[in-house]
Amino acid sequence: MSSVAAPSASGPLQAAFKLIATADPDLIEIVTLSLKVSLSAVLFACLIGLPLGAVIGSLRFPGRALLNLILNALMGLPPVTVGLLVYLMISASGPLGIFQLLYTPAAMILAQTILITPIVAALTRDVVAAMHEEYREEFDSLLLSPIQRAIALLRDARYRLVTVALAGFGRAIAEVGAVIIVGGNINHVTRVMTTTIALETSRGNLELALALGAILLSLALVINASLMGVARIGVRTGA
Amino acid sequence: MKFIGGFMHLHRMFALLAGLALTVLSASAPAHDQRMIIQSTTSTDNSGLYDHLLPLFEEDTGIKAQVVAVGTGQAIRNAANGDGDVLLVHAADAEEAFVEQGHGVERFDLMYNDFVIVGPTKDPAGIAGSNDVLASLQKIADVSAAFVSRGDDSGTHKAERKLWSEISVDVEPVSGTWYRETGSGMGTTLNVATGLDAYTLTDRATWQAFGNKQAHQVLVEGDPRLFNQYGITRVDEQRHPQVNHADAKVFVEWMLSDAGQQAIADYTLDGQQLFFPNARR
Amino acid sequence: MPEVLLSTRQLSLTLGRERVLRDVELDVHRGRTLAILGANGAGKSLLLRVLHGLIEPDTGVVSVHGKPLDHTARARQAMVFQRPVMLRRSVQQNLDFAIRTRGIQRSRRKSGIAAALTLARLDHKRHQPARSLSGGEQQRLALARAQVAEPELLFLDEATSSLDPASTAAFEDMLGTTVAKGTTVVLVTHDRHQAARLADDIAFLHEGRVAEQGPAATLLDQPQGPELTDWLEGRLQPVSTHGADASERSTP
Repeated sequence: MSSVAAPSASGPLQAAFKLIATADPDLIEIVTLSLKVSLSAVLFACLIGLPLGAVIGSLRFPGRALLNLILNALMGLPPVTVGLLVYLMISASGPLGIFQLLYTPAAMILAQTILITPIVAALTRDVVAAMHEEYREEFDSLLLSPIQRAIALLRDARYRLVTVALAGFGRAIAEVGAVIIVGGNINHVTRVMTTTIALETSRGNLELALALGAILLSLALVINASLMGVARIGVRTGA
Repeated sequence: MKFIGGFMHLHRMFALLAGLALTVLSASAPAHDQRMIIQSTTSTDNSGLYDHLLPLFEEDTGIKAQVVAVGTGQAIRNAANGDGDVLLVHAADAEEAFVEQGHGVERFDLMYNDFVIVGPTKDPAGIAGSNDVLASLQKIADVSAAFVSRGDDSGTHKAERKLWSEISVDVEPVSGTWYRETGSGMGTTLNVATGLDAYTLTDRATWQAFGNKQAHQVLVEGDPRLFNQYGITRVDEQRHPQVNHADAKVFVEWMLSDAGQQAIADYTLDGQQLFFPNARR
Repeated sequence: MPEVLLSTRQLSLTLGRERVLRDVELDVHRGRTLAILGANGAGKSLLLRVLHGLIEPDTGVVSVHGKPLDHTARARQAMVFQRPVMLRRSVQQNLDFAIRTRGIQRSRRKSGIAAALTLARLDHKRHQPARSLSGGEQQRLALARAQVAEPELLFLDEATSSLDPASTAAFEDMLGTTVAKGTTVVLVTHDRHQAARLADDIAFLHEGRVAEQGPAATLLDQPQGPELTDWLEGRLQPVSTHGADASERSTP
């Protein structure tokens, strides 16, 4: 086995435990890359999606309804489609071919960013719009500019936006369709949890695939629990 | 500028995010020195051949090779886009066309193995032990026994369609009935075949390495028509100037050399040799 | 009588099919406190929002210092709403936000916030989340926030209607300090006793029209028209039940 050594344990859970307990170096490499790619994608998606969502959620401007429609539709983008589009862009014969991004982690970050930015933006829009309803008269009275509103709303919604970022992260870490196309699932270079699971499944190593799935799930669980903990404390104290 | 000063807090946060993002970007930017990409098939990769070959190659030359394993059809298309430096697949006609269109420099025979028909032990078409693949497929068609096809324009798929056409069985109209197309790689197709108790055509290497065989076994083998030739082609740097042609050239030459051919022959799984080198030099 | 700070002429507003303000003519004198009285649905809160520029009237003008109400004039006004909406930040940060948005110089912000905290008697709670304060404390913070940038005109929309008597007293006490500094105040109330305590002048609104206006002392004791007389004696039920009062509207 090239990526992760198939453990000779009896079931997927035992296999998962064994992989973790032995700190399998290939597994660690794959997990690290998965986190690096998906967390980076969340970072970029937040940089774009938070301000975008705040503006759409708090301002009225011509074309807003259309933008909302597009954003909602983009939330349902299939990862494979995103992967294909990004492939066509960064392929050597594509418009961005000169940057030689194909089959690199950067390409995977790019694809996942495109995949989850609409999600982050749309959820931010909903959070901010609801909060803006509450603040509107006060802000009108204070004569806040549109930008000031968006910034103040983003700041006050910060703990709720943690959930938004988590939704994006969940989608990114779980998707396989986009990263397998633009990353190529190259061993030690662009192999992440989900592409490994796909690979091991196609190799018929179902227990190993399941074990990796269990590890992915617990990873997502830990990250969610810790961030939600932070957010909940923040909301409760109203800070 | 009033509000910018007024919201330094959030501003700093975004500046921090942006800084982090730039760091991540520069850290994950590709290092292109010594990066050489092989567009290849799932059959060679899934069988573990590259995990055996590439360390030996790196030891000899210091070059790191990276494998993208997809179906032959997609591998050829990717290479035709310039997204790879070497093409290593198993569809000779399509490879020759690739060279003729100017995407590849020259195609070389590299190695072979063979296809086999695997199927359920209860064998509804009664083909077990046959070495006549055409007669066996005819029996499968006659009793409409479930048969799973790659359906993905891969080398294996092309070989399978060629066999059907030789016995004049048109599978298009029956696709979706006893003839099922997965549109996926060999391993996924094998998973479907074991799941559906169906027959399928597979290369021997993938089958050998496959971990979910269940009650399936090799039923038909040894027909000369099941010969499976792999070829190696270097992507043309005149057509695709950005390819790493220097390393690609070293790789192709190494694979065709005695060292490379021996390395192919040396690869075994469970004591069985999976690929047989046959480069003519 | 001091000079007129704000006046309206021929002010009309229609919401849906309902004419909620009809030809309102009102004068607000500098340094004085005007109470707008009226039954529920008389249009008091809507009128206040029009005066503050939150709602555009259909016809008529609001003028400040003889010029139409504009951004500059609005920037020198502030408003306390019936239900305070505090930012999800600390007490001090709420004040900081308000003072910054009004473009107060950095050197004056710190002392302004400190004075406002003292005025609201919230010094000891400055680092607490504003939303964890009691209703009375939040409304004092809202008043502190409104006057921290030293507006020339302060609007209060039934600011004490949901407070208990002690909190109301504390709020009025605090308002007294603000008024003493010369701030002009327009407040909406349906409590004649509060009007008597706080107001110099009264405007009585009936079905979107100013039925009577004049000095509080004379008007409350000797109402001229039948509407105010009835209202003061508690006889008049709200005639229109369309809920035109802003506080009762779900969407503006």
